[in-house]
Amino acid sequence: MEGMKVYNLKLGMWVFLLSEVMFFSSLIGAYIILRFAHPEQWAEPNHVLNVPLTGFNTFMLICSSVTMVKAFAAIEHGDQAGLRKWLIATIILGAAFVGIQVYEYIKLAGHGFVPVAASYAAEGGPLYGTTFYTMTGFHGAHVTIGVLALIFTAVKAFRGKYSATDYGGVEIMGLYWHFVDLVWIILFTIVYLI
Amino acid sequence: MSTVPIEVGHPSVQHWAEPGHADDRSFLRKYVFSTDHKVIGCQFLFMSLFFLLVGGALAMFIRWQLGWPGTPVPGGAFLGEAKAPGGIILPEFYNSLVTMHGTFMIFFAIMPLLVGVFGNWLIPLHVGAADMAFPRLNMASFWTAVPAGLIMLASFFVTGGASAAGWTSYAPLSAVPEYSGVYMGQKLWCISLIVLGFASLMGAVNYITTIVNMRAPGMTWMRLPLPIWALFITAILVLLAIPVLTGALIMLLFDQTIGTTFFLPPDGGQPLMWQHLFWYFGHPEVYILILPAMGIASEVLSNGSRKPIFGYRFMVYAIVAIAFLGWIVWGHHMFQSGMNPYLGATFMTSTMIIAVPSAIKVFNWLGTLYRGNIHFHTPMLNAIAFVAMFVIGGLSGVFMASTPVDIYIHDTYFIVAHIHYVLFGGSLFAIFAGIYFWYPKFFGRMMNPVLGKIHFVLTFVFYNLVFFPMHNLGLDGMMRRIYDPNQYEFLQPLQPMNTLISVSALLLGAAQLIFMFNFLWSLRRGKKAPSNPWNANSLEWTLPSPPPHGNFATMPTVYRGPYEYSSPGRDVDYWPQSEPPDGRRGGGREGVRA
Repeated sequence: MEGMKVYNLKLGMWVFLLSEVMFFSSLIGAYIILRFAHPEQWAEPNHVLNVPLTGFNTFMLICSSVTMVKAFAAIEHGDQAGLRKWLIATIILGAAFVGIQVYEYIKLAGHGFVPVAASYAAEGGPLYGTTFYTMTGFHGAHVTIGVLALIFTAVKAFRGKYSATDYGGVEIMGLYWHFVDLVWIILFTIVYLI
Repeated sequence: MSTVPIEVGHPSVQHWAEPGHADDRSFLRKYVFSTDHKVIGCQFLFMSLFFLLVGGALAMFIRWQLGWPGTPVPGGAFLGEAKAPGGIILPEFYNSLVTMHGTFMIFFAIMPLLVGVFGNWLIPLHVGAADMAFPRLNMASFWTAVPAGLIMLASFFVTGGASAAGWTSYAPLSAVPEYSGVYMGQKLWCISLIVLGFASLMGAVNYITTIVNMRAPGMTWMRLPLPIWALFITAILVLLAIPVLTGALIMLLFDQTIGTTFFLPPDGGQPLMWQHLFWYFGHPEVYILILPAMGIASEVLSNGSRKPIFGYRFMVYAIVAIAFLGWIVWGHHMFQSGMNPYLGATFMTSTMIIAVPSAIKVFNWLGTLYRGNIHFHTPMLNAIAFVAMFVIGGLSGVFMASTPVDIYIHDTYFIVAHIHYVLFGGSLFAIFAGIYFWYPKFFGRMMNPVLGKIHFVLTFVFYNLVFFPMHNLGLDGMMRRIYDPNQYEFLQPLQPMNTLISVSALLLGAAQLIFMFNFLWSLRRGKKAPSNPWNANSLEWTLPSPPPHGNFATMPTVYRGPYEYSSPGRDVDYWPQSEPPDGRRGGGREGVRA
């Protein structure tokens, strides 16, 4: 058969991730345009946001990418126990990331930093809240979907559905997870650092 | 991971149907929740023809109001007192009509007809595969598109009516309900298109994977039939453009519902940003709506001329060039929006460059026809009409791309004439060509050729009577989306032309009933279709009509390109792609129909 030396599922995931790039580009592009148009509506990030806590959260998400790689490396060698162990670790780290983000949202909303323009009461202006919650919120939704997909993958792993010759499901899970991680590194930089 | 052999992970090995193996799927699995690409293609066909009918009906209301302003629509009582008291269309409802006509036609009729129907029908058969790469994802794609359409339809019946901000939904008109008087309808509009975006995305992932990875042995890139090249590039456009629309729609929906301020000026939002995001999607969308039509026309023109397509490689390169240029021209929709005028010159130049690959395609089609042994069957007539109408629409596009001209004609009926020359005269004629051409393959019956020709002639004549005078209306200053042009003294002399257009439009609509009748009648009563009624070369014509579940009995091998017509030294004027050079019958030539 003519074709690339990549199996369908993996090619499909790469193609899907390309569209995800475009989706996040539209949100990030809107953020950049609005911030350049109205710099006065933004504040020093550490005046409003909890940068150290989110920094720690970022570290955790990067660690979860490492555990995901470990899970993939394990099943590549047929190591079922290693696959399960590292998948569980990835799930815990991913869920913790979402948990901390929700905690941060609640804290921020308490200080008047909200997405609703009419009731915005923090430093800066309503565009700050509008863009912050939309971008981090859609990333958070992607992590949440990722955690659910990881749980699905883990259930299959515990049933022994993967092997050294059939690990496509783990590999594409990893691709998605690394992508979500990468998006967060960009978002963290433009939202929390500059 | 380049060392991973192809079998590892998820096996991409195809399951070929065993000859004589009875199809034991239940009715629900076979016709409703089917994973068979051919059935899904037919499902998309019925869905989008339904929405074509809805969009067409809305156009009839629009034309009634413009032809006979302020008079009751015949039988308009059912519209209700809120929309049309005494059958007279209210201005607010007219805005909804214009918006929803565009929305249904673009998103729920032409786009699924081209991408959903022909993508599903043709891709696996043309590349020589048993089905799509992800059949279940394919099924999910259709069953996501259906609720999206139902949500859009439902918006007519909520308080405040359907969206009235135009199919482009410019903010802040679309973001503030008080401006348009539409509340729930505008939100449903956003939600429906977000849902439809998922359906398109699933389709695009499937198409790209299938075309890249599942081509039969010998089906090299330069032996792919042109519809597949067009659909491949279109799928890439869908993949990359639709998420941008989704992002913009989500921001708009948030502005409407939770009170964010992306597009609302009082708090620093940027209305112009909506236009940039929308047209960054919107211009590639234009090519999503025309590239597959070009592919279909190429296939039919070569077949009907009994000649190889002229300049196959350049046809491919032109598709790629058009798609690439399509990404850097979106600003030509915004010359009058207040964006930086220097940008206008840039977008004018890039837009005019698109005329080059488009002209390559047109001259190649003419080169294909030149000295051909032309068979004027119904698909061929429609394909020839496609070329002619596309030239008119394409040329008026060059007018509008020129910024000084656009200052004069922007937002007039000239624009309306242009879009209909490419979308109706272009896309829809190619769709008719495609349906007449492949109907026998998928329904096992021929459509009636006499009715087909009557339908073609009436459509062609009335279509031109409707849309050609619109150029003049635009040059005389009639604004698009205007409810009653007679409110301006300088537009009052245009009323006779508007009435002529409306009469023609009603007749154009009526002519489509012939197509409807032919389509439905032929399903049961049409002449039984042979496996290759058009003496065509591509792989699907080696199979019985309709092809069985699983398509090919054995994996076909491809020996040549799809346009080897009238080759010297052969006793027939066609040469199937899978026929071995020495004349032996190749694998996959005989289907498994018991």
